[in-house]
Amino acid sequence: MAKKKRRFKGGEIPTASMADIAFLLLIFFLVTTTIDMDKGLGIVLPAEGEQVEVSSKNILNCLINSTGQVLLGKDPVKISDISQVVRQKLQENDKLIISVKSHEKTKYKDYIAVIDQLKTANATRISIAETQL
Amino acid sequence: MKFERRTRLSSDIPTASMPDIIFMLLIFFMVTTVLREFSGLPVDLPKAVRIEKLKSKNHTSHIWVSKEGLVSIEDKLFNTEDIRHIMYERRSADPQLTVSLKADELSRMELISGIHNELRKADALALNYATLQATD
Repeated sequence: MAKKKRRFKGGEIPTASMADIAFLLLIFFLVTTTIDMDKGLGIVLPAEGEQVEVSSKNILNCLINSTGQVLLGKDPVKISDISQVVRQKLQENDKLIISVKSHEKTKYKDYIAVIDQLKTANATRISIAETQL
Repeated sequence: MKFERRTRLSSDIPTASMPDIIFMLLIFFMVTTVLREFSGLPVDLPKAVRIEKLKSKNHTSHIWVSKEGLVSIEDKLFNTEDIRHIMYERRSADPQLTVSLKADELSRMELISGIHNELRKADALALNYATLQATD
């Protein structure tokens, strides 16, 4: 049987399709990458045991009840109006600390809405009181 | 003046280095991709307008709170009183730690307030309420 003599022509991996393979991988990573940056309302909690005496005229109490109604100082306010009222009060007294106090059964949603309103009013001194029954 | 006529100008883009460019992009995406570490609990986040971005993913620790009142950290369920231990550990490992609280919009404030207290005890004071961007 006659055997054909095969000449060794130097082994080479075909690189023509390399770009396609790399593209495929690239597209896979592009699709699976989720750039979900966490966003939210930032707040700094007071340290444990830290108690500061504040004169009562510098405190604005903001009470939220279990149905999401808000009492700001002495007047009931709609949640969407809080920022206006607070902004006004901050103009009168820039040392004002807003103390947010909520009922135990208050929904987190309402609480966030209030904090958001306070942030909108550029209130930097927000204090979070413990919940009450 | 005599201009030489350039006739041998090849007009096709060289594609020999294309795989290198693509590989570079590929490596960039592979390196920057952060796979989600923990799946957490299913929550409907509340919406807010004045939201800010968290500074760094590496310095963030998540707490999930579902509307049923379950608290999950790193895919393990915790009682409210036990949060201080794990958060204290994380806080001492990373002084720049920010806690991202992913709480359901229907969860109750007694639980959130309990978590506040636990975080204060653990000295993890930088807190971020995870919210979605409100559309208006």
